[in-house]
Amino acid sequence: MALPSHTPLNYKIWHYTYLFFCGLVFFFLIAPLFVILPLSFNAEQYIHFSAKMLALDPEGFSLRWYEDMIYGTKNPWGLATKNSLIIAFFATIGSTILGTVAALGLSSRYMPYKAAFMALLISPMIVPLIISGTAIFFFMAKVGLAATHTGIVLSHIILGTPFVVITVTATLTGFDHSVTRAAASLGSNPVNTFMKITLPLIMPGVISGALFAFVTSFDEVVVVLFLAGLENTTIPIQMWVGLREQLSPTIMAVATCLIIMSTLILVSAELLRRRSERLRGINR
Amino acid sequence: MSKEQILSSDGLPLEVSLKKAERKNKLKAVALVAPLFLFILIIYIFPIGDMLFRSVDDRMITKMLPKTFAAMEKWDGQDLPEEPVYKGLYEDLSYLKKTKTYGKIIARLNYEKGGFSSLIKKTVRKINKFEEGNYKEQFIKVHKRWGQSEYLVALKNTAPNWSYAKYLKGIDRKFDQDRNIIQVPEDRRIHKTLWLRTLNVAFWVTIFCFILAYPISHLLATLPMKYSNLLMICVLLPFWTSLLVRTSSWMVLLQQQGPINDLIVWIGLAADDNRPELMYNVIGTFVAMTQILLPFMVLPLYSVMKTISPSLMRAGKSLGGTPLVSFVKIYFPLTIPGIGAGCLLVFILAIGYYITPALVGGASGSLISNTIAYHMKSSLDWAFASALGTMLLVGVLTIYWIYNKLVGIDNIKLG
Repeated sequence: MALPSHTPLNYKIWHYTYLFFCGLVFFFLIAPLFVILPLSFNAEQYIHFSAKMLALDPEGFSLRWYEDMIYGTKNPWGLATKNSLIIAFFATIGSTILGTVAALGLSSRYMPYKAAFMALLISPMIVPLIISGTAIFFFMAKVGLAATHTGIVLSHIILGTPFVVITVTATLTGFDHSVTRAAASLGSNPVNTFMKITLPLIMPGVISGALFAFVTSFDEVVVVLFLAGLENTTIPIQMWVGLREQLSPTIMAVATCLIIMSTLILVSAELLRRRSERLRGINR
Repeated sequence: MSKEQILSSDGLPLEVSLKKAERKNKLKAVALVAPLFLFILIIYIFPIGDMLFRSVDDRMITKMLPKTFAAMEKWDGQDLPEEPVYKGLYEDLSYLKKTKTYGKIIARLNYEKGGFSSLIKKTVRKINKFEEGNYKEQFIKVHKRWGQSEYLVALKNTAPNWSYAKYLKGIDRKFDQDRNIIQVPEDRRIHKTLWLRTLNVAFWVTIFCFILAYPISHLLATLPMKYSNLLMICVLLPFWTSLLVRTSSWMVLLQQQGPINDLIVWIGLAADDNRPELMYNVIGTFVAMTQILLPFMVLPLYSVMKTISPSLMRAGKSLGGTPLVSFVKIYFPLTIPGIGAGCLLVFILAIGYYITPALVGGASGSLISNTIAYHMKSSLDWAFASALGTMLLVGVLTIYWIYNKLVGIDNIKLG
């Protein structure tokens, strides 16, 4: 952002102070994530930058913590990863289907009490997790689903649907309903119309909602803390337990893997958002 | 001239036919929403209702000592009760001893009045030696407290099925002997501090987030697309990254031998052997929560600023306004919806935060959520946890309601 040469000095100072401040804020946002990466390659078992690391000596770095993460017997990261993936997979499918169907109804012109229903369906996102966790725990304990995958999946569906509802309703706001009417007038039944016409058009919104639901479930720790038994441990639970004891380099290794994963998810979400905007004809 | 009716193809008047079609559409829309609605109702809304119920439910003692309470109905609660009450108590306690379930009532009664714990334990231990008849005398012989009316009054006070005592405890108040509401002793008033701290942290985190987010949202909204997309990654990457990863990175940064402390020592603000505690106190909670919640402030601000045409500021300047005046009079008022949305969202999220305060907050930086978790998992006072949860829920729903009025929940934007 270059300023014209005739800008008075005090404005220039203002402008560069503003840019400098913005730079600091961006640094504050992103830098903490990058502290973790080098530390996960630390050859020593303490969480700080050793002299050898600072001198970029190859001996200061090692992959031993990644080895420990995969083969280590003390930390059940393998079981945790398996559980996390299974739970997140089913929770994503559940919230995506329920959320998309509900969003279709909510976007209909004819839906009565739209705002009230919307407020209710979004509420799991707003209500503090500790309250959701407490309430869901009481329920699951009562129906005998505490410490089961099913119980965790059901509660993650609850927590994931608001995101799907929001993203799909947002996609549907620009939706041209005459295309579905055209399909109907050509003799297509509603299910066929939905599968062939509506779904492909709202797909970007559905997938980005699904990504949100996946991340919500994959990252969720409070509700799982209440519900999980030893068999249901997940990656966030293992991290939580590890962090409460002490910072270990293995956790840094796991965190690095998670950062890489979130980068991939971010890229796909961004691409989807742009595609969705293009499909809806929103050009910025 | 008679009024002509327009008929639709199936012979019905158009108006009727239209209404029929609309009703059908309405039903269709409701049917689509119904599955999720029912799902949330059963697994989410009912359980929250159940939580409310648990917070006021006080039937346990009444259920476990049924004969005692039946006999107590005839007692005026003044002098010592007559023989039937003691007889009931004997029968109830022997039953509880036989089923080994008397442990439950001890905690509840001891909360009502200190001293009940040893009283019940001693009585239960000797209850097998009781002889038939004249129970009153035998009870008083086992423990003299059975002959003091205040213990029996306290027992009678637990008779109502519903009690809001847990809510009083949540605001550091309790019932005294005569059912008056009094404050608990000064050194026990921990919950008031906790509520104030929670509000304080949520408030300041919101303010910090706003101060940091406003300039960068403005920059993101005014830069050309290709730069702003790049910078947007700085906002979105933390947003998509696991909360535990971000918290652990703050634990690395803020620890005593961590980079920030190294920097402080290197600059010379503190001696190497006297490194400041940045973690396990309220500082850690503030710093980490601000960074973690910052994206939730940037995104709504950005989406509002994006819609403000730059020509408005240029018009302001061309009419003689200095940049400051144009900003205050034109730009800032236009961003108020974004400010409202962002601040309410961050405040709502901050007030119920649990993971981050638990890991970096220590004792002085823990919030109300941490106390709820403590009572759920450690002290197992679920009724109290429910009461605190309900109080927090009411607060959050109030803000949610305001948010809905001001911003409209259908305007929530994600990424």
